[in-house]
Parts: sequence; C-alpha cells; structure tokens
Amino acid sequence: MAFTGLFLCLFLVGHLAGNFQLFLDGYEAKLQFNQYAVFMTTNPIVKILSYAVYISILFHAIDGVLLTIQNRRARPQRYAMTKPSANTMWSSRNMGLLGTMILAFLIFHMQDFWYDYKFGEMPHMTTEDGSAVLLKSGEEVLDATVNVNYQVVSKTGEVLGPVMKDLHEEVMVAFQEWWIVLLYVVGIIAIFFHLWHGVQSAFTSLGLKTPKVEAAIKMAGYGFAILIPLAFAIIPIYVYLIF
Amino acid sequence: MNLTLKIWRQKSPEVKGKMETYPVYDVSPDMSFLEMLDVLNEDLVERGEVPIAFDHDCREGICGACSLHINGEPHGPMQRTTTCQLHMRSFKDGDTIFVEPWRAKAFPVIKDLVVDRSAFDRIIQAGGYVSVNTSGNTLDANAIPIPKEDADKAFDAATCIGCGACVASCKNASAMLFVSAKVSQLTLLPQGEVEAGERVQNMVSQMDKEGFGNCSVTGACQVECPKGISLENIARMNREFLKTNLSPGK
Ligand code: HEM
Ligand code: SF4
Ligand code: FES
Repeated sequence: MAFTGLFLCLFLVGHLAGNFQLFLDGYEAKLQFNQYAVFMTTNPIVKILSYAVYISILFHAIDGVLLTIQNRRARPQRYAMTKPSANTMWSSRNMGLLGTMILAFLIFHMQDFWYDYKFGEMPHMTTEDGSAVLLKSGEEVLDATVNVNYQVVSKTGEVLGPVMKDLHEEVMVAFQEWWIVLLYVVGIIAIFFHLWHGVQSAFTSLGLKTPKVEAAIKMAGYGFAILIPLAFAIIPIYVYLIF
Repeated sequence: MNLTLKIWRQKSPEVKGKMETYPVYDVSPDMSFLEMLDVLNEDLVERGEVPIAFDHDCREGICGACSLHINGEPHGPMQRTTTCQLHMRSFKDGDTIFVEPWRAKAFPVIKDLVVDRSAFDRIIQAGGYVSVNTSGNTLDANAIPIPKEDADKAFDAATCIGCGACVASCKNASAMLFVSAKVSQLTLLPQGEVEAGERVQNMVSQMDKEGFGNCSVTGACQVECPKGISLENIARMNREFLKTNLSPGK
C-alpha cells in the first residue's frame, strides 16, 4: 500500500510537470505539447514507467479493497453509538471511498484522452498556416491528406506513416465543457483528501516517521496534498476561463 | 442527577444480545462510572433481575480490566482516563448514555459488557518477553548502562495496561497500538534487543491469526488510549518488521 502509494505520488509529480505545458499559448506551445505526447507514447523508458504506474494502480486498488474488506470483517458486530470525529479525521476513515472515487475518475480520464489518443477520434497537426500535414516524427508533408487510420497519404497516394495527432486541441475543446471541468475538479478533490491522510500514513507504515522527522513529514505531507492537487485543478479551470 | 442508560445485555457468547434501557435516579456527580453501575446492579438484584456483568479490578486506573464503550468512545469522553477513573460529573442531568462492550471479532462477548481479551495474552506469549536466565546468576538490570532517552521511551511504552481501548476505538479493530507498545518496551532495551527480529515477527503473526484488522493509521487509538501510548510505537514496530523482512535469517 505504502510503496505503491508513494510511487503513484511520484507519478503525479511527473504528470503535473508535463501538464504545465498547457499554460503556454500559441502555435509553438501546441506543437511542443503534441511532440511531448508523441515522446510519452513512444519512448521505451517512458513505456516501462507507464507500465509500472498501471501495475501500481492495479495492486494499490486491489490491496485497498482487500484491506477494506478484512478490516470490516474484524468487527462483525457494530457499535450502536460511535463518535468517529472525536478521534479521527474524515479523510483517514474514508480512504476506501476516496480511492474508489479516484479509480472512477481515472477510468473516465483515461477514456477521455488516453483511449481517444490511441484508438479514438482526434484532430491532427498541420503547420501553422495549414498548408502541410505533420508526420508523427515532426516532418512536414505538403499537399498530403490523412486517411481514416490516421496515416498521412501523399498526393501520389503513397502512405507515408502516422500523422501527429493534436491532443492539445482535444484537451482545449474538452475543457470548454463546464461539466467536464467540474468532474475533473471533483476527482482532484478526492485525490487531495486521499493524500491528506495517505502521504503521512505511508511514512508511518514504512516506519520512517520518527519523532526527529515527524514535524518535517507532517509539513511535507500536508504541503504535497495541497499543492499538487491544487496545481492539477487550476489547469482545467484556467483553460475553461481563458480560451 | 437522573440519567437514561442504554446498555448491551447478552446472556452468553452464543445467544444474541440487544440494547436495553435503564433509567437511573439521584446519581451523585462524585460517583465513578463503575460505582454508578454498582448502584444500578444493587437495584436490579433487589428487583430479582440479573445484574449487569462488567469487568473491573483495581479501580485506580492501573490494571486495565475495566473496559466499556461509553457514548461512542472507549472509556468514555475523558481522555487519558480509564472507565474506573471516569466520574459522573463528566455527564449532565438528563443525559442518555450508551454503554457497550468492546467490539471486535478477536474480543468475543462472554456476557453483557464482558469480553474475552485472551487474544492479547496469546500475542504476549508469542514473543512479548525477554529470555533471561533466572537460575541464580541473573545480572542486575541496573548494571547495564542504558541511554536515558531509550529508558524513557521504553518506560512510556511499558505503561500500556493491556485494556484494549485501542482495538475498541479503531475502525478496523486493529491491535497495532497494543502490540507496538509491547514490542517497543522490550526492543528499546539492550536485554530485549537480542530477540527483536523474532519477537516482532511472532507477535505480528499471532496478532493477524487472532483476527484483528489492519492498521490504516487513523490515529483513533492514540487519542483513546488511557495511557497516551503514541503512534511513534507503531512506526517503530513497522520499522522493526520491515527490517527483519529485508534481512531474513535474523
Ligand atoms: C493517484 C492515485 C493514488 C495515489 C497517489 C494514492 C496514494 C496513496 C497513499 C500514499 C496511501 C497511503 C499508504 C499507506 O498508508 O501505507 C494510500 C492509501 C490507500 N489507497 Fe490510494 N492512492 C491512489 C489511488 C487509489 C485508488 C485508485 C484506490 C482504490 C480503489 C486507492 C485506495 C486506497 C486505500 C483503500 C488506501 C488505504 C489503505 C489503508 O487504509 O491502509 N488509492 N493511497
Ligand atoms: S495501547 Fe493503550 S489502549 Fe491499547 S491496550 Fe495499551 S493502554 Fe490500552
Ligand atoms: S479497574 Fe483497573 S484500570 Fe480500571
């Protein structure tokens, strides 16, 4: 739980760093973001890392569900009267619920961008004036068309290779819908509560929270739980308001 | 003052129990919670009813026998206080008070408010000791120099009275605070350090066998513990546990 949880926290940092490119404006920024998307889907090291993330989420979720079931079984007869707020924080009692919310959000998020990028419909990149189509490699091809399989076809009918998809445009369009922005914000709030308890909990689980470093871990844990989700949440709101 | 008590009644481990309502009158605020129950029991006996069974022994906050989940919290609303040390001045005239046994699969109800806490004994038997020779040539423990800080920490952990409030308060019915207090108490001292790896493995495995839940670090236990045992001990136990897992053969 703790290992996978903290690894996923590292993933969040990496993912956020990439997302910051969405704050940039203009054709250059669009091109940079889409080249970044190509890099993230083709680079072998990124591939290995992405599989590590999928496996972590899977193990983390399965482990979380199993733990929640075991823990419920450890108290077959409930109390008639409890006062949970007298001794615990809400987030610490609802990690299973928050995790499930995050999982639901992740599934929506993956189908929204990742699935569409790989298998679904998506606009493609051209040069700024629209005269040439961009190949995935970044090469410009004049007077070319793009077929249904997202392959660039030259004037002579030769298939030149896959086109560079315009994920940037897809993101900008998605975040024009208020309900998608709201969904993202709610998902990110669930991550905030999950991390509010989770980061510090992981350090206790790993035996690293000693009195000497306790204050530092507390600060870092709460700081991480606030700053990372806040930065994530600002992006869809920014796109909604600005574009 | 006058109070309404809602108390768990259960004849035996096998039969189903239920909450019963008992009005009590003219309760003195200076009574302890157990004395208030004594008075109610005398009343019940006089009326020919079966008195309410509850655990108690020292009645001075040191033995850990008294239990009772009072108004949603183990040992009632006062922190750092056992039920025997809780006084009726903590309540108001007209209050309704819920009194329930510790709830955990590993602590089955024997009768009414009395639960079987022998799971704790078996955890201690699994490793909560130091193997010393007591055949006449025992070393004076005070002859071994121990850093003051370690001695203090070990002593703090040793104040655990084994009451089980940690389990009762935990939403997962986890026994981590109790077990970690015992592990810390012994492992922090040179005499106990020798068996540290074996001890933590054996005690944790017995804890799991008894059917306690898993720790998710909610911290309810350290708030409700009458002796103020802290999560620092749980972190220490996790550290010791991981250490022995990473270096098997120790
Ligand atoms: C971005 C994704 C996620 C991150 C960064 C994350 C992070 C964490 C961390 C750091 C912990 C604390 C581990 C510990 O105390 O040892 C934790 C606990 C937990 N996570 Fe996640 N998590 C994520 C997604 C999920 C998902 C998708 C689920 C499940 C469906 C989930 C369910 C849980 C549960 C149930 C716990 C509590 C375990 C316990 O009570 O000990 N998490 N998470
Ligand atoms: S750790 Fe505290 S609550 Fe748990 S058994 Fe010991 S004294 Fe009781
Ligand atoms: S009766 Fe001994 S601690 Fe309460």
